[in-house]
Amino acid sequence: MVETRDPSQIRVVVGMSGGVDSSVAAYLLKQQGYDVIGIFMKNWDDTDENGVCTATEDYEDVIAVCNQIGIPYYAVNFEKQYWDKVFTYFLEEYKAGRTPNPDVMCNKEIKFKAFLEHAMNLGADYLATGHYARVDRTDDEVFMLRGVDNNKDQTYFLNQLTQEQLEKVMFPIGHLPKPEVRKIAEEAGLATAKKKDSTGICFIGERNFKEFLGQYLPAQPGNMETFEGQLMGKHDGLMYYTLGQRHGLGIGGDGEPWFVLGKDLKRNVLYVGQGFHHETLYSEALSAVKMSYTTKAPKTGTFSCTAKFRYRQEDSPVEVTIREDGTAFIAFAEKVRAITPGQAVVLYDGDICLGGGTIDEVFKNNEKLTYVG
Amino acid sequence: MNTIYLDHAATSPVAPEVIEALASTMADIHGNASSIHTDGRHARKVLDDARASLAKKINAKMTEIIFTSGGTEADNTAIFGTAYARKSEGKHIITTQIEHHAVLHSCEKLEREGFEVTYLPVDATGRVRIQDVQQALREDTILVTIMFGNNEVGTIQPIAEIGALLRDHPATFHTDAVQAFGLEAIDVQAMHIDLLSVSAHKMNGPKGIGFLYAKQDVKFASFMYGGSQEKKRRAGTENVPAAVAFAKAAELASEKATMRNEQYKQFKAILIEEFQVAEISFQVNGHPTETLSHVFNVTFPGTDVESFLINLDMAGVLVSSGSACTAGTIDPSHVLLAMFGNDAPELRSSIRFSFGLGLTDALAREAGKRTAEIVNRLVK
Repeated sequence: MVETRDPSQIRVVVGMSGGVDSSVAAYLLKQQGYDVIGIFMKNWDDTDENGVCTATEDYEDVIAVCNQIGIPYYAVNFEKQYWDKVFTYFLEEYKAGRTPNPDVMCNKEIKFKAFLEHAMNLGADYLATGHYARVDRTDDEVFMLRGVDNNKDQTYFLNQLTQEQLEKVMFPIGHLPKPEVRKIAEEAGLATAKKKDSTGICFIGERNFKEFLGQYLPAQPGNMETFEGQLMGKHDGLMYYTLGQRHGLGIGGDGEPWFVLGKDLKRNVLYVGQGFHHETLYSEALSAVKMSYTTKAPKTGTFSCTAKFRYRQEDSPVEVTIREDGTAFIAFAEKVRAITPGQAVVLYDGDICLGGGTIDEVFKNNEKLTYVG
Repeated sequence: MNTIYLDHAATSPVAPEVIEALASTMADIHGNASSIHTDGRHARKVLDDARASLAKKINAKMTEIIFTSGGTEADNTAIFGTAYARKSEGKHIITTQIEHHAVLHSCEKLEREGFEVTYLPVDATGRVRIQDVQQALREDTILVTIMFGNNEVGTIQPIAEIGALLRDHPATFHTDAVQAFGLEAIDVQAMHIDLLSVSAHKMNGPKGIGFLYAKQDVKFASFMYGGSQEKKRRAGTENVPAAVAFAKAAELASEKATMRNEQYKQFKAILIEEFQVAEISFQVNGHPTETLSHVFNVTFPGTDVESFLINLDMAGVLVSSGSACTAGTIDPSHVLLAMFGNDAPELRSSIRFSFGLGLTDALAREAGKRTAEIVNRLVK
């Protein structure tokens, strides 16, 4: 499992997005002497009425960078797979009142499945991406480690990768802090050196989230209430709100700011309350489904580790019990705010990302919270 | 690994004699063909010699040849030029579903402007039916634009029959002959063609030049405004060296047409033989006899074109499929779609080989072997 061949004998397909991270990933591999091929994935068509499509602009950047590095480049279209496997799931979850994580699904189903398969069909030995994560290859197991840049670590989104996938994966920039990546790009004069980082969900981009979602799902406006039943205003549709959210409620007045505390799907009511640390937002445990492990052997029984419940959150100490049906019960050492069904729970042992699953139910005082979605 | 170029229908290498003609004209002739002085007349002379030579190839008059920047401009000029010049007579246009995008997208633009366009279907060999053309004709049809030979599958359309049919109809008849010119015999008079598009770079000429044949009395509106070049039908200083090189390329093509057609048929036979020897499954698309000799479209069941094309490229076999779409990805071919219908396996698994200058029997055989090897690897 530890690679012993000369890099020139190793073909690496780099998934290139047209951003600085994957540009530098390709550049570093080429510097190290690998047989590098750059491939752009087109997953979404956002061509507007003027014929402008961000994918076209991104691909132009891929061409520029690949020509600078001196590697061949190609493009591949996964729009259909992305629609079927990621976007459909995304809409279904919103319909069910949950907050999905399409990036996790994209990594699981597209980047490290359909795209990995595509790379292997091209005779590649490895697939590399510009993710902030690391792989540690030992004689009998490959471990996925956090990226060294704690602020950028993307293992949260990669938690569904399996041992089999990790064996074929490289993360060439995971050992670098982001500013260093930018610096390398600038020193190499790469066309993407100063390109702005993409933000948000890839297919929505800079667009208004509400407007975007409204194109695909009917919004049903309803009431905003406190748990005590006081009417606080109207909401635009439950799918537009997520637990712990502050912005967009439009409730003024004195005292502490207002936050989303929960949803009642049957009555189409959005629960709101005052204060970031509102007691209702805190819970003690969760159950997770679709558990997947990066390690060679799946986790079993009860064990202690740390967990993240959303991207860029500090780890929380937890005790995990893997149930017989493969789902997990995860108890927190201390109460945690705004655990959101549909989001990923990701487990860590020190720097090693062990895997994770999808948050299904949330508990407090040994009771399931019914209002969290 | 050496590369084997099998994408001559996309563009072709420039013949050494053509490069020589281009370079020497560029070195020797520097006048503007519209200038009234000695150097201008000199430029005009070689330009018109080139024009006359090209005209002869399709049995047209010298004055009927309008130089353009290439096939796309010739198609656009023909279609928009006719539509705008004749809009008071009618607004109906007939074309086919398998035209080049230079034609299809022009027609679609006219539709958005209020014209009505009939897109004729084709049969499974890629041929339009005469009776479909006949049935689509209306009193207000002002333009029929149907390609001579298809760029993706090679099928040749019944141009003479369509021309004959249109003799009794006032519609202008345009044909895009970009792929056919130089290999197929074209006689605009015998075939009753009013407008015909040709490009130089598909037949070993330089890029950036083509021509539109426009029959003497045909009505069309100019597309470019400026100087009075090309009898006010196409403004812009003529590219004299390119025109001379274009004529040279056409000269070479016509001299060697019979020999090349035989040679290209042989290349097809060699590829088929290699596929059979390797025992891969394949299907040849297009028409068995009414076909351009240099275009060879093949379906390899079970392959996926995006992955297949990259593998071929990495093996040095340079071919293409469909047309490039946004962001470098490949759109399913509208030609195969018209021939085989939605969701047909051909849409995902077909490759176009196209032949030309520099290709030999040995190279064709080697390309066939490499292709078969990849198919065997991909189709498990």
